Amino acid sequence: MVRKLVECFILGMIYGAAFVCVMLLIGILAYVFARGIPFVNWSFITTVTSILHGTTGIAGNLVNTIYVVVLTLIVAVPVGVGAAVWLSEYAGGGWWVKLIVFTTQTLAGMPSVIFGLFGMVFFGVTLGLGYSVLTGSLTLTLMILPLITRNTQEALKAVPDSYRMGAAGMGATKWYMIRTVLLPAAMPGIVTGVILAVGRIVGESAALFLTAGSGYMLPGSWRGFLHKAMESGGTLTVQMYLSMSKAQYGVAFGIGSVLLGLVLVMNLCIRLIAVKGSVHSKPHPQ
Amino acid sequence: MEDIKIRTERLNLYYGKNHALKNVTVRIRRQAVTALIGPSGCGKSTFLKTLNRMNDLSGNVRIAGEVYLDGKNIYGPGVDVSKLRQKVGMVFQEPNPFPMSIYDNVAYGPRVHGMKDRTALDRIVEDSLKGAAIWDEVKERLNKSALGLSGGQKQRLCIARAMAVGPEVLLMDEPTSALDPVSTAKVEELMKELRKKNYTVVVVTHNMQQAARVSDDTVFFLMGEAVEAGSTYNLFSGPKDKRTADYIQGRFG
Repeated sequence: MVRKLVECFILGMIYGAAFVCVMLLIGILAYVFARGIPFVNWSFITTVTSILHGTTGIAGNLVNTIYVVVLTLIVAVPVGVGAAVWLSEYAGGGWWVKLIVFTTQTLAGMPSVIFGLFGMVFFGVTLGLGYSVLTGSLTLTLMILPLITRNTQEALKAVPDSYRMGAAGMGATKWYMIRTVLLPAAMPGIVTGVILAVGRIVGESAALFLTAGSGYMLPGSWRGFLHKAMESGGTLTVQMYLSMSKAQYGVAFGIGSVLLGLVLVMNLCIRLIAVKGSVHSKPHPQ
Repeated sequence: MEDIKIRTERLNLYYGKNHALKNVTVRIRRQAVTALIGPSGCGKSTFLKTLNRMNDLSGNVRIAGEVYLDGKNIYGPGVDVSKLRQKVGMVFQEPNPFPMSIYDNVAYGPRVHGMKDRTALDRIVEDSLKGAAIWDEVKERLNKSALGLSGGQKQRLCIARAMAVGPEVLLMDEPTSALDPVSTAKVEELMKELRKKNYTVVVVTHNMQQAARVSDDTVFFLMGEAVEAGSTYNLFSGPKDKRTADYIQGRFG
């Protein structure tokens, strides 16, 4: 009888814990949207804040955010995946490999503001890139590299050795095998890493505030769009921080709502690209 | 004069300090099925892997001695391992199709060696699948993932995949030990067919009945040595070495 009661109690606790988690998520989302949605309208998303025109808008920040995400991923994904392939397929198991793995793990746990400080001084001052989208992206690249490398490495480790044997047994060279069998098989893990990375980039404020600055203007033309990489550009999260520090809570919640939507769309896009690109699901044309 | 496809001369292999193959000198006849038998850990799988240099993949392996394929030492200088493995294919214990379509699995090997022509690939895929006696079961679903096949089908697909690069020799490492009896019978049937199609087959098995059923010649391994070799009939009916007799009569192993 007592055992049964204990059983019931524990079961209740587990259900309760699950319930709290779900309610927290729903609660936060509901609160942010409830406070933020009233501020989100077409002009909020498509214009920049201007006293002259009397508008409050985040178009510049929205563009900056996408810019930073894309630029960072373009640099970080090839380097991160490449490093992981080297570590797990070529490097062997020497002490220096263990050292590199340990270092990347430590790097992954470092507070982002330290990356910001380093990026500001190194990319911004030493390399002379100043407060710019490029400085911010390079800084964030350092920050998310460990994330992508770790995830890719774990995914490669999970690919059965029998695939490697099978490919080698037919005379495939190592790189051919990696390209045609290992990377496609590891794709889900790599995608997980990229999605986590996007989350960190979009959510980053301190490191970006110190490196990419807080500019919120839209580039004037398509040519200006290229120049933008060298100009100051605050992401949504940075703008949100600034709005909050000026007690514009409505605008902050509005940005929050847009951010949540943006992250959702980006993750869907990445999954779609990954599915399209993987050999596994590619139907063979007859 | 017997027609020898593969010949090893005083082959020694070390895993670190472990002396896994000791002075193995064996002759493998062309277009015959040769079975390698012996208790677990006797070196028969290790020996098999030396025949297409799959041991190169594991670190910490040292090899001394020679392996001649058609009279040419495959451990000699200037040997293209990729070409070697095209000639000497391998089928593994666990069926290991890649996570891609049935078609792409079979076309993998030819593509490795640079074949791009669609029609030629289509033909190779069909011929290989027919050769591995699985064509009728999969011809309607070539575009489906190979991972959806049954264990026995997967193994025959792997045999087809190995055949697709046009090897002369097929090495099989306990190819039926993960299969059910019906699938085992199909794969054994296939081995006999392969011999008729002029393949040289070397199969590792821990199952002596299987060796007796499918092979022409048998080599008995014990503790890294090739104790006795000969025609399967002679070896099973009148073993010359006492250790061979003890093993095939089930006194150990």
